[in-house]
Amino acid sequence: MYRYDEYDHAFVAERVAQFRDQVKRRLAGEITEDEFKPLRLQNGLYLQLHAYMLRIAIPYGTLSSKQMRTLAHIARRYDRGYGHFTTRQNLQFNWIKLEDAPDALADLAKAEMHAIQTSGNCIRNTTADHWAGVAIDEIEDPRIWCEIIRQWSTVHPEFSFLPRKFKIAVTGSPNDRAAVRVHDIGLRMLRDENGEPGFEVIVGGGLGRTPMIGKTIRPFLPKQHLLSYLEAILRVYNRYGRRDNIYKARIKILVHEIGAEEMRRQVEEEWEGLRDGALDLPADVVAGIGRHFAPPRYQPQPTIATETERLRFENRDFALWLRSNVVAHRQPGHAIVNLSLKPEGGPPGDASAAQMDAVADLADAYSCGEIRVTHEQNLVLPHVAVADLPAVWRGLTLIGFATPNLGLVSDIIACPGLDYCALANARAIPVAQRISQHFADLARQHDIGELKIKISGCINACGHHHVGHIGILGVDKNGTEFYQITLGGHAGDDVSLGSILGPAVPADQVVEAIDSLVRTYLAVRQDGERFLDTYRRVGNTPFKERLYATA
Amino acid sequence: MAKNLTGTLQIVTANRLRDGSVVFLTQTAEWTSDIRRAAVARDGEAATRLLGIGTVAAAESRVVDPYLTAVTGEGDDIMPVSLRERIRAQGLTFAAISADATRYL
Repeated sequence: MYRYDEYDHAFVAERVAQFRDQVKRRLAGEITEDEFKPLRLQNGLYLQLHAYMLRIAIPYGTLSSKQMRTLAHIARRYDRGYGHFTTRQNLQFNWIKLEDAPDALADLAKAEMHAIQTSGNCIRNTTADHWAGVAIDEIEDPRIWCEIIRQWSTVHPEFSFLPRKFKIAVTGSPNDRAAVRVHDIGLRMLRDENGEPGFEVIVGGGLGRTPMIGKTIRPFLPKQHLLSYLEAILRVYNRYGRRDNIYKARIKILVHEIGAEEMRRQVEEEWEGLRDGALDLPADVVAGIGRHFAPPRYQPQPTIATETERLRFENRDFALWLRSNVVAHRQPGHAIVNLSLKPEGGPPGDASAAQMDAVADLADAYSCGEIRVTHEQNLVLPHVAVADLPAVWRGLTLIGFATPNLGLVSDIIACPGLDYCALANARAIPVAQRISQHFADLARQHDIGELKIKISGCINACGHHHVGHIGILGVDKNGTEFYQITLGGHAGDDVSLGSILGPAVPADQVVEAIDSLVRTYLAVRQDGERFLDTYRRVGNTPFKERLYATA
Repeated sequence: MAKNLTGTLQIVTANRLRDGSVVFLTQTAEWTSDIRRAAVARDGEAATRLLGIGTVAAAESRVVDPYLTAVTGEGDDIMPVSLRERIRAQGLTFAAISADATRYL
């Protein structure tokens, strides 16, 4: 894992001290809210419905057990004892007091964490494949490049006041697990004809009120040019991105308005002046950062993990969990364990301080002290020996994180919604809770198969509803919550945006509506088809007919 | 979700600066977390006056972003008109997990 050097430590400590003084002056009335607001937002502190919300960056979703314990400590000491893992692989605390925020940030800094650039019109936390470094299909660990991007983009003077926020996602595998086509910039690693790794550069994707699929402006970029090429893209965006209308300020609108070809031309032109310069990192610098992400020293493992095999045959719950939550690892004798933060009836992505501590303990005992956060609001123990799977499963069962529902109908993404968020139009969490309770029967969930439901409480789409196989968008109709349903969205390689099924349904009919959609799928699916496959074959019509006939 | 749907009865609400908590302006120009103690304006003039008091409190850095919002009833019967404001006044609409809990519910 990346460790702060002296520069990082000094920079974050300085920022905490600076913010402490700003908070002190604000509380003393020496600066106004208008003056203070941009300062607190630069430190990840929002004012939401009930309290301040602190959004903590978890760079590329990688956490050490020590950092997880720090998050648990902050939850206990400064919050109401729990936090919310987000679709940006970050963690949000919902009940922070302004007067406590500097202390919370100081405690975070001790664990090499901060909340800088988790808000504002700057380059946000770079996200990555949550199986980085352990996935069998991976070319190279994308976190090396995420870390390089983090260092380049942190308080980058030229890009601190962009037209709008800017999000970059990187996948180190040809199979996209980082939703790279719905980010401002998506980077997908692949090899050229000589076998050299590089990046496909995708620009102008995004969700929000105007969802767009990103366009490839360079099919292959040798990786040593990454920063100069990113700088060229950001310069073009910074120069031409619209600042007159907040709703048209993201790079996706620029790419849409001038076209991908013109965007490519401008970026390449800008890049000519930047390439082979100071931003092209020397190989030894890249190698130095790469060493932080070297695989841990795995212990030799027996060819057959007897206890694991025995339990698989004897215990149906364990077998189900292996099937849905455990994934093959590139190191023989090891496995990737996905923790479900979607217990039946629970708020998606929430974890208590006790759960965070328990995950940290399990990581220390069984996963080389390492944890990942996924953009689907779950956690990962990335380095578990197959022989340890029974112990890990028992440990996760005790804390409620072993629900065998990964990628299934109850593994729902939901934004905080109207229960917390000042922007929301409707609630998201209670809708997710009711759907997961309705589909509580795990055998049925496994029969239904892969089905990703994503819920946003407003058009800003933090719940990624546009790329849900079933997307649910909360809308406010004259003060009453309604939910618009979209079908057919998907965030993988074969990305697609959902299409609206019909009129929005009232809050009390959402579960019934989802049930109708699932029944339609079960009735018309062919052998081996997932929900998305069936939808792509038959389209909206059968779903629509059944739903609105019964509604 | 609308903050201030129209209605005859209105109150002033804001977030307290130091902790962000939801507060309501009382008859005695204090800020309370108990909506039942909120001062209720019965007409436009009274509402403007109340909001003026709130704005002064914001300028004095006691609260952030004071605004008027419509309610029905008064005292024990008071209820904000919009769902957003009901959630602000009454809290989450689901049970959050507690610090020591290892299971939800």
